[in-house]
Amino acid sequence: MSRLKVTAALVAAIATLTACGGGGTTAGGGDGKSLSGQTVEVVGTWSGDEQLRFEQVLSAFKEKTGAEVRYTPAGDELPTVLQTRVQGGTPPNVALVAQPGLVEQLAKAGSLKPLSADVEKLVTEHNAAVWKKLGTFEGKLYGVYFKAANKSTVWYSEKAFGQVGAEPPKTWEDFLKVGRAVVDTGQAAVSVGGADGWTLTDWFENVYLRTAGPENYDKLAKHEIPWTDPSVRKALETLAQLWGDPRLVDGGGAGALQTEFPKSVINVFGEPPKAAMVFEADFVASVITTNTKAKVGEDAKFFKFPSIGGSKDAVVAGGDVAVQLKDDEATNELMKFLASPDAGKVWAQLGGFLSPNKDIPEDNYPDDVTRELAKQLVDAGDNVRFDMSDLAPAAFGGTKGAGEWKALQDFLANPADIDGTLQRLESEAAKAYQK
Amino acid sequence: MTVTATRSPAGSRAGGGRRKLAVDPTPGRSPRQAVPFLLPALLVLSALVLYPLVYSLVRSFFDRSGSTFVGVSNYVNLFTDPRTLTAFKNNVIWVVVAPAVVTGLGLIFAVLTERIKWATAFRLVLFMPMAISLFASGIIFRLVYEEDPKQGVVNAVTVGVHDLFSDPSPYPGARPRDGQPFTPAEEGFTSTKTFAPGTAVSVPLVGFQPGQIPKEASPASQPSSDARELRGVVWLDVSVGGKAGQLDQGERGMPGLVVEAVRDGQVVGRTTTGNDGRFTFPDLTSGDYTLRMPPSNFALPFRGLTWLGPSLITPVIISSWIWIMTGFAITFIAAGLSAIPRDALEAARVDGATEWQVFKRVTVPLLSPVLLVVFVTLVINVLKIFELVFVIAPGSVQEEANVLALQMWQVSFGAGGDQGVGSALAVVLFLLVAPAMLFNIRRFRREQS
Repeated sequence: MSRLKVTAALVAAIATLTACGGGGTTAGGGDGKSLSGQTVEVVGTWSGDEQLRFEQVLSAFKEKTGAEVRYTPAGDELPTVLQTRVQGGTPPNVALVAQPGLVEQLAKAGSLKPLSADVEKLVTEHNAAVWKKLGTFEGKLYGVYFKAANKSTVWYSEKAFGQVGAEPPKTWEDFLKVGRAVVDTGQAAVSVGGADGWTLTDWFENVYLRTAGPENYDKLAKHEIPWTDPSVRKALETLAQLWGDPRLVDGGGAGALQTEFPKSVINVFGEPPKAAMVFEADFVASVITTNTKAKVGEDAKFFKFPSIGGSKDAVVAGGDVAVQLKDDEATNELMKFLASPDAGKVWAQLGGFLSPNKDIPEDNYPDDVTRELAKQLVDAGDNVRFDMSDLAPAAFGGTKGAGEWKALQDFLANPADIDGTLQRLESEAAKAYQK
Repeated sequence: MTVTATRSPAGSRAGGGRRKLAVDPTPGRSPRQAVPFLLPALLVLSALVLYPLVYSLVRSFFDRSGSTFVGVSNYVNLFTDPRTLTAFKNNVIWVVVAPAVVTGLGLIFAVLTERIKWATAFRLVLFMPMAISLFASGIIFRLVYEEDPKQGVVNAVTVGVHDLFSDPSPYPGARPRDGQPFTPAEEGFTSTKTFAPGTAVSVPLVGFQPGQIPKEASPASQPSSDARELRGVVWLDVSVGGKAGQLDQGERGMPGLVVEAVRDGQVVGRTTTGNDGRFTFPDLTSGDYTLRMPPSNFALPFRGLTWLGPSLITPVIISSWIWIMTGFAITFIAAGLSAIPRDALEAARVDGATEWQVFKRVTVPLLSPVLLVVFVTLVINVLKIFELVFVIAPGSVQEEANVLALQMWQVSFGAGGDQGVGSALAVVLFLLVAPAMLFNIRRFRREQS
């Protein structure tokens, strides 16, 4: 009983204090430090350099509002950490999650708080509609996409292109043509990191988004159309034009299946180079910097994934979405801050960051490469689609040696077998989605 | 073992005359008094071993959520899933090959090292791999078997040996440009047209790095035709802004390339290109000739084998396990060897037996109990092999290399997380290990009695 009283007294005291604080700031002309003394806990995946940069974003929030923010990095174990804490009744205030599936699961379980109207307004204002849709479940907005990855970039070696006088291709036909010209110089056109299944799903998603269009992409992601659909066949046929020619792919299909993703980048930018181009997301740049002597922006450049059959600009993206697990003033303020361009600007200037927020001025990004990556992401507007394999059940889209990964690996080994691949994809998908 | 040892004599006595034993004459052997001493161990045992075992068994009859009873459907699912069947097949290969090879090697090494001076040091070295975690060993072997000869030591050796016996070709991978009148054949690129003396043939090649043409090569030019000679030029048709199939400025000839003139299937002339890529057949009788460039010009360098590909992956992983476990076998067998009565060996030698006969007729039979224990222990070890497969097999061949323990982990905790099927797999794995365990326990018991 007495403890209850004490608690009540404390709550009252805090309420008075905050009320006073609030009153004080209004009187003082709004220096904005209305949240002093409150603490917000944030959980995310970033560690190392990324953690330091994100903490700068958070200290900008502290400067603005006075609230303390504590950041806990959880690395790849974030889903486990988050679920454990939710079940244990001590959720963090805010979590930054990379898996939309997890957000959906938490939202359905009622662990997430719907975002306030203020945040919703900011999200609508500063982002293409597609980002809001991605954060919405059952009609309510739960997530703000804070950091994004551009997974529609093809990186090429300037030297290899120079040898044949090639320009970055804009269409799939040109892409193949440039590839064949490169083959004449004794190099392969592309190096494919086929030992890792996720690189292959990214290939497929980019081609499918362009050959089948965003609407079909959404349907396939939800398994509303089967994988035996003619649109999937078309995408595989398009891919087979590249994968089916052993001269174009470094080492042919069998060689590619022995190549891990970092190796595929080194094959292009290391010494001696074995191929001229490698496709993957924006993080190829960091692999180049850490593993080769090539300079990003000079020796290593990129172009956007070529258009197929006149398709419009489209980007396959990944990203970290901020969700709210507690409903208090400081948390609401932090979500508002993360949804505003101010937060993104801080990290953008530090580098290694892309934002879906279209109101972050281009010159906030530190170099041309990042500027271009961010611009493509924003320019694609509503043609941005989230990585399909990340939306699918993990048994299908995220398991080593199984599901979509293995089916596409088998397809890379034998690109003539389109029928078999379609059957396999569909039967694996049916099994994974039905559960 | 102590449990059974204490219980059985006490039990038999209890059965013999319970009433008489109201006061136990030998208090230390009373079952009632043993209980409090055994209780802690029993508790720990049942909490850590018995309960999980029973729970897995029960869990294997429920669906993925754990709330619906599904009967044996998890087991049906298991024996119809091609991935699990591959895992079964691989496990059989493992059990048949690996323990026998390791026991054999262990025996050989133990016997051979017995007589040398530095036996302990030698065995220590062989035992060292045991000190490394399986995970780390896996990473080592992943690199050892890497396909690129610059990284994988096995392929580096293979390629080195191969190249001792065959010279590398001057222009690996080069080929006539598509659309030119040459077709690939077993004897080399053969012209589809025929040429008579007096013509000058141009042969544009592609598929070779301009920077790798020998330094002495000079810009290629079209030879003038001469009525008595069949002439031509072979050049690398790659340059910035150059037209396909045309001799453009800056395109260089390919020296040292062998060209043959063929008539009616017979090679009648053979020549080599000069620094400007030109070749000449000076004394051909008039008539039509086919031109041919033999494959020795273009053979791709030998790159070794794809060890980590789908066909070789299981043998490769087994080989790394052998490297790790041989030390274990040696240690045990060497210990057994030192316990063999020397006089038996001496007696055999005095009777005139050769060393081989001593080994076969005396050493091995006397060692057989130890060999059997080592073998059975290894079988158990092999059945639960996991890390090596997980680490060594690249993602693209993980399915081909799959084993039951890995499959169990993937099914239960990997994507999807169906712990019902996972438990079913665990039960099957347990049933497979059980006979080996029972066998070992029986042996221990027999030795004790």
